[in-house]
Amino acid sequence: MKCREIIRELADYLDEALDPTLRQSIEQHLCKCQDCRIVVDTTKQTIDIFCNSEPAPLPPTTRERLHQALVKRLRRNRPGASPQA
Amino acid sequence: MLPFPMEKSPMSSPKLDPIQQHSLPSQVVKADEPVLVAAAKAGDESAFETLVGRYERKIFRLTQNITQNREDAEDAMQEAFLKAYEHLGDFEGNSRFYTWLVRIAVNQALMKLRRRRNNVVSLDEEIDTGEDMMPRDVEDWGPSPIERYEQTELSGILNKVIGELDPPFRIVFQLRDIEQLSTEETAEALGLSVPAVKSRLLRARLKLRQRLNQYFRRGANS
Repeated sequence: MKCREIIRELADYLDEALDPTLRQSIEQHLCKCQDCRIVVDTTKQTIDIFCNSEPAPLPPTTRERLHQALVKRLRRNRPGASPQA
Repeated sequence: MLPFPMEKSPMSSPKLDPIQQHSLPSQVVKADEPVLVAAAKAGDESAFETLVGRYERKIFRLTQNITQNREDAEDAMQEAFLKAYEHLGDFEGNSRFYTWLVRIAVNQALMKLRRRRNNVVSLDEEIDTGEDMMPRDVEDWGPSPIERYEQTELSGILNKVIGELDPPFRIVFQLRDIEQLSTEETAEALGLSVPAVKSRLLRARLKLRQRLNQYFRRGANS
């Protein structure tokens, strides 16, 4: 396999979505090619860094507005609530 | 609302790369979610509030990453939760509640993005950038590159590099790799074919790798 073919199959390789024969060919290439090994490793690290990153807490004003909107909506649903104009 | 019948297949790390495995949706979603959803459907407001509290940060990050605009992100998040509440009765439990919520939030965020860009954002066209995908700057990052940064600094870097991607790439990466939807779920949520999702995902991953390289290559911030 050539380096260009490795890159073309990279997403499926990382997602383990390749058939075993193609996967084995890629791994044989990776054993010999340091550049491709680095690209595979750093691309996987890229995914992991984003995947494992914690979302920041909501800004207090954003949370307050969200909860006000929800309270307003929940109130409308309660028995005896007057219908929305 | 459309159900998501597809479940993501388990992944394991490539043999040549022993770094940490991705967290799977079953690890992202807590076990009591179906109980809370059932209670919310039966009219338990506090159960729905618990679900909101559990997912508000993730949904806000999602709408922010799609819209790249704080005001639009806040509106889209709010509308997503309100719509989820209104349509809770339509949720049949064929998918995870979180996946269903993500799909609602994506729709709201895309509407905001299109409105702000005068409806020129199209996700359903095949993109041929003519750009060579062969990576440049092939450099080793060394062990634990993220440990070289403080948490807030790292968040800033991640927000910056993902914000620099064009929307068709950014949104596919967001759904597939951050929200952990399957390729099929991502295709369905965005109205794309599976090959189009795969093609954009590959480009997005390579572009992000390229951009992160300047921060994470050995000796980058020493």
